Amino acid sequence: MLPLAHILALSAILFGLGAVGFIVRRNIITIFMCIELMLNAVNLAFIGFSRYLGNLDGQVFVFFVIVVAAAEAAVGLAIIIAVYRNRGSLSIEDFDSLKL
Amino acid sequence: MEILLLLILLPPLTGAVLNGIFGRRFPQAAVSAIACGGPGLSLLSALLAAWTYSHLPSAPAPYLHSYFTWIESGAFRADFALYYDRLTLVMTVTVTVVSFLIHLYSRGYMGHEGGYYRFFAYLNLFLFMMLMLVTAANYPLMFVGWEGVGLCSYLLIGFYFPRKSASDAGKKAFIVTRIGDVGFTLGVALLFWTFGAVDFPSVFSRLAALPPGYLQGPLTAVGLLLFLGAVGKSAQLPLYVWLPDAMEGPTPVSALIHAATMVTAGVYLVARSNVLYAHAPLALEIVGTVGCLTAFFAATIAVTQNDLKRLLAYSTISQLGYMFVACGAGVFSAGIFHLMTHAFFKSLLFLAAGSVMHALGGELDLRKMGGLRHKMKTTWLTFLVATLAISGMPLFSGFFSKDEILLGAYEGPLGKPWLYWLATLTAGLTAFYMFRALFLAFHGASRVEPAREPHVRESGGKMTGPLVILAFFSVVAGYVSLPKAWGGGEWFHHYLQPVFASSAAVLSSIAVRPTPAPAGGLAVMAMSLVVAGAGILLAYLCYLKFTKLPEGLAERFSGLYRVLVNKYYVDEFYHWLVVRPIRRGSERILWRVMDVAAIDGLMVNGSAVLTADAGNLLRRIQSGNLRSYAAWVLLGAVLWLGYVLAR
Repeated sequence: MLPLAHILALSAILFGLGAVGFIVRRNIITIFMCIELMLNAVNLAFIGFSRYLGNLDGQVFVFFVIVVAAAEAAVGLAIIIAVYRNRGSLSIEDFDSLKL
Repeated sequence: MEILLLLILLPPLTGAVLNGIFGRRFPQAAVSAIACGGPGLSLLSALLAAWTYSHLPSAPAPYLHSYFTWIESGAFRADFALYYDRLTLVMTVTVTVVSFLIHLYSRGYMGHEGGYYRFFAYLNLFLFMMLMLVTAANYPLMFVGWEGVGLCSYLLIGFYFPRKSASDAGKKAFIVTRIGDVGFTLGVALLFWTFGAVDFPSVFSRLAALPPGYLQGPLTAVGLLLFLGAVGKSAQLPLYVWLPDAMEGPTPVSALIHAATMVTAGVYLVARSNVLYAHAPLALEIVGTVGCLTAFFAATIAVTQNDLKRLLAYSTISQLGYMFVACGAGVFSAGIFHLMTHAFFKSLLFLAAGSVMHALGGELDLRKMGGLRHKMKTTWLTFLVATLAISGMPLFSGFFSKDEILLGAYEGPLGKPWLYWLATLTAGLTAFYMFRALFLAFHGASRVEPAREPHVRESGGKMTGPLVILAFFSVVAGYVSLPKAWGGGEWFHHYLQPVFASSAAVLSSIAVRPTPAPAGGLAVMAMSLVVAGAGILLAYLCYLKFTKLPEGLAERFSGLYRVLVNKYYVDEFYHWLVVRPIRRGSERILWRVMDVAAIDGLMVNGSAVLTADAGNLLRRIQSGNLRSYAAWVLLGAVLWLGYVLAR
């Protein structure tokens, strides 16, 4: 049986990777994947706690997160396609028209 | 009776509203009909009311009717109530007669002016306010009329508002009289504080029940404060400066407002409050003193004036001073008598002057008139009648009223020798300057500018008609009170007796009675005749016989002459004392410091600059760069987490 600490450590590493990737990468697809990575890191933490505490609440949350993430992926990718058609670029640096 | 009283008040108001709102679209004839119909109806109602009142069973007692409660606040209560006694009767009849005639005259005088309907709307509104003033049954309601006439006076003085001097004169009149109005308001407040009431019946009955000598302090203060209001309204020293400038208005306005009616409101106020003044003899003595000094002071200025209307304005100030002398000497009925006769002959003088102006294309300078009597016979004759009346020539109205005042100054309850002598001297000056005006304008050789000479002709019947009627009144108005010395009954004096009865009783109980006039008043009469005759003779010598004489005199006494021509430099003095400090203070402190620096700089622009600077600082974090936002979010999350964990 894997100790909780290991699971949490993995979750933290994955979340950190996602967060750092979100900040440093420019490609919007990559950023999007980093978001997914962070979500799944959180999912992993939920699962770990669920197992550790012996009830299913955490796993129910995970299902919710997966559903929301799926919807988010659909909407997000659609937005990315629309933005790409509009701007002809996938670099986050170019999407700054809301700036004053 | 209560409906009749409303019928006196409402027609001019209706006329003002109709002409004021719809007058622009009415043809001129309709405007005239509405404008003159209102005062006409008022006049009829005033006469009917006088008749009805005289036949009331309660006859000499005042008639009072309260229409509705106007203000009720705690113990303070003021109704919309009208008060009618013999004093009101005299005032309403005089006011409506004179103003009806002036409305008729104005049809001719203003016929070719723009803003015809506007003029009549203001004039009707004025009449309503004036009637409100004289019929009100309490001080606050009187104050409504008081302020209303002030407003109309302002509007009408500034009638030719594109001309800067006219709008300035309007403002001057409004602001200067405002000083007096503060006194009026404070006086009424103090009256309420003293008696807990402001309506005439309760105040007067409480005063009548008061033994003489009680409540001296508050009553003197009330008397002086109310008199301050009267000083402003009736153009007495030191607040008279607005009246000469008020001549910027159209001449019928000068005749109606600044000669016959509004300016006499102060005299009416003092006479109406006679019981109060009887209990405050000190205040009454100040009234007489101020009046007498004003009468003399204004008469000396009038001697050197070359502007016909301004000369008449100073003469009005002087005559108003006379009325206050009468009040101050304790003979209120003489003051009201002079008020009535003065309303007729002074409005006649102004209207005749207006007729001259009309013929000369607006010329007012006496040095550019002369010899007009051949071309303007009616105007000349009516002006002559009025001049004789104001100079106090026997058989004309001014003689009787002025004589009553002089007699009162001599032997009235508060009469004093110096009051009498100065007033008599003023009578001589009056005769001199009025005949000077008459001779310069209508007699001698013509000095009219050649270009205008062919256009000089008598004014039309619309204008001369009222002149003739007023001339008639200027003669006969005096006969309502034939002096005792002539075997007459002083009927007017007795008629007003019920109004002034209780004050007369109080005054006679406290006053040191001066010696009665020698020869039953005949000596006083003879003295005033001698003085007036001397004035006329002097005017004749100076301005008809030896026309070089005045110039020589002016040169000889050039210092005195300059002071008089410049009206004692009072305007300049006020300018230096009041206007300039205010202007400087406004410019340097209020404008530069308060307005520009504090309000504009610190508050208005300051808040804008503060917001802009804060925005400039804050906009830097709005980089539009998604990743930097994320970094901030992350940083925040880490910090918060650190805080939670470290706690």
